[in-house]
Amino acid sequence: MSAVATPVRQTAGGVNVKTINRIVIYGLLALFALFYLMPLFVMLVTSFKTMEEIQNGNMLALPQAPTFEPWIKAWSEVCSGLTCVGMKGYFWNSIKMVVPAVIISTLLGALNGYVLTKWRFRGATLVFGLMLFACFIPFQSVLLPMATILGSLGRFGVKLQNATGFTFGFGNPTVNLVFVHVVYGIGFTTLFFRNYYEAFPNELVKAAQIDGASFFQIFRRIMLPNSLPIIVVTVIYQFTNIWNDFLFASAYAGSGDVMPMTVALNNVVNTSTGVVEYNVNMAAAMIAALPTLLVYVLAGRYFVRGLMAGAVKG
Amino acid sequence: MSTVATSQIKLTPEHARPRASVRSRLQDALPKIVLAPSFAITIVFVYGFILWTIYLSFTNSKTFPSYVITGSRAYQRLWGWTFDTDPPSSWYTSITNMGIFGFLYIFICLALGLFLAILLDQKIRGEGVLRPIYLYPMALSFIVTGVAWKWFLDPGLGLEQTLHQWGWTSFHFDWIKNKDFVIYTVVIAGVWQASGFIMAMFLAGLRGIDGEIMKAAQIDGATTFQLYRRIVIPLLRPIFLSAFIVLAHLAIKSYDLVVALTSGGPGGSAWLPSNFMYEYTFKRNEMAVGSASAVIMLMTIVAIIVPYLYSELREKPQ
Repeated sequence: MSAVATPVRQTAGGVNVKTINRIVIYGLLALFALFYLMPLFVMLVTSFKTMEEIQNGNMLALPQAPTFEPWIKAWSEVCSGLTCVGMKGYFWNSIKMVVPAVIISTLLGALNGYVLTKWRFRGATLVFGLMLFACFIPFQSVLLPMATILGSLGRFGVKLQNATGFTFGFGNPTVNLVFVHVVYGIGFTTLFFRNYYEAFPNELVKAAQIDGASFFQIFRRIMLPNSLPIIVVTVIYQFTNIWNDFLFASAYAGSGDVMPMTVALNNVVNTSTGVVEYNVNMAAAMIAALPTLLVYVLAGRYFVRGLMAGAVKG
Repeated sequence: MSTVATSQIKLTPEHARPRASVRSRLQDALPKIVLAPSFAITIVFVYGFILWTIYLSFTNSKTFPSYVITGSRAYQRLWGWTFDTDPPSSWYTSITNMGIFGFLYIFICLALGLFLAILLDQKIRGEGVLRPIYLYPMALSFIVTGVAWKWFLDPGLGLEQTLHQWGWTSFHFDWIKNKDFVIYTVVIAGVWQASGFIMAMFLAGLRGIDGEIMKAAQIDGATTFQLYRRIVIPLLRPIFLSAFIVLAHLAIKSYDLVVALTSGGPGGSAWLPSNFMYEYTFKRNEMAVGSASAVIMLMTIVAIIVPYLYSELREKPQ
């Protein structure tokens, strides 16, 4: 319904009502565009200003002598609490957490969606319903038991270390977070793939079966090569969610040099020792925002589709 | 769909044999074996953990979990705090804030989202530029959003200071430092982040409406306003429902935004139940009370989501 033609009416003075309408509409749209852009703009210009300029100048003014100093400082020197090593370590923590978590949860989601649509069995809808509901729970209701379990896994890791010299990842905060994000992410990934495969022609699967293709062969040769759009959607959705997570990160890796980006950023901004360097804080925030913003700019269409798939039935 | 699956199994040659070999039986069970780990994980780490949390809420766990059931004391304390208004208890503040935040956040996001979608649907030149501008905040974390708005709303640095420099010296805006108004700053930042996404949902809905209906109404002499009020908005009902579910669920889960934007506000005045849960469980060593508040949050979500999911899954005849 893209064309809701506004009825054209001439007023007595000859001023075209339609023209006025258009001006009002464009004006409002531009105004809202300003509202959405303002905080990002302020963050960006502030991150290129010197402290002197911030204290004496206008928040909205462009930097008079743009400097990369705050960015360099944010990347390699800024203090989070008492340790001043910059954001770079935490940035890598996040990467090390996000990449495996996204890959594992996407792969599991694809397999689950495949089973739930092409190999239906009695109770499949109930299984799916239970997994789907898991997407919506407030994570506060599982936070504490998970902390207890991760704690005992950590103790087990120490025992292993004493016995064999390796912890095998038990008790490693990054491994813990990967685990947590996979566990609470498969509901979403299963939902995405299930809805996508629902529309996938059963005849193809059936034909392959008659030709003697096995369960995994069908998955690998027929389903996966035709799943690129939904894989992109899922990867983007999971990447954004896991990168942006704060609750799990602060509960299970909330201090020390194992913090992911979001927790580190929050600590940096709330570190009150010495002069607060707003430009550095803003640069740090931009660094934390850049990966997801980049994904959004490069693949915005898929990003929106992923968000919608979680809300509107596919 | 299910009929297709059954006929698939019948087509498998091994199945026709009187005695299925171990190998073929394994083949038949393979789909379930593949699904089993994910399902088991969900049962244990979601439903099992929820039961565990419910169990803890009936103990007197403090710093460490205790597994002796001691009754509903945690709930009684929360119930008592619910009416503890002078001075307001943390729980009273949290649930009042939840009410204010939840209502305004959902209402403004829906209204603004619909409004922007309708404006954008008027054959706008540059729609391709405007849409991503409205939507990008959804890609940012609550922490980044909080940091940006904290700076923007700070009386000494942000908006107030800027307007003073421009000559409007009587302008005063210190909500972020005011315990009675700090929750409204959370609403502002929350709306900024989510409203573009709601706009995208409504826009998709508008684009899905049959143009013929619109034309017919216009021929009958409906004004644009009437057209939207009487025809378009009623047709968007399913989108309203989906958007409401998304927003309600985001609102109840909001935790990070309060932390990053207000650090909890003066004296915890910006707390939501999620912040209450975190503080009582991990910082104030009142694990049972924290668990009880988590259970109450969960129940609220269940009341909203379960009927929705039930109707969604039942509607499609399989």
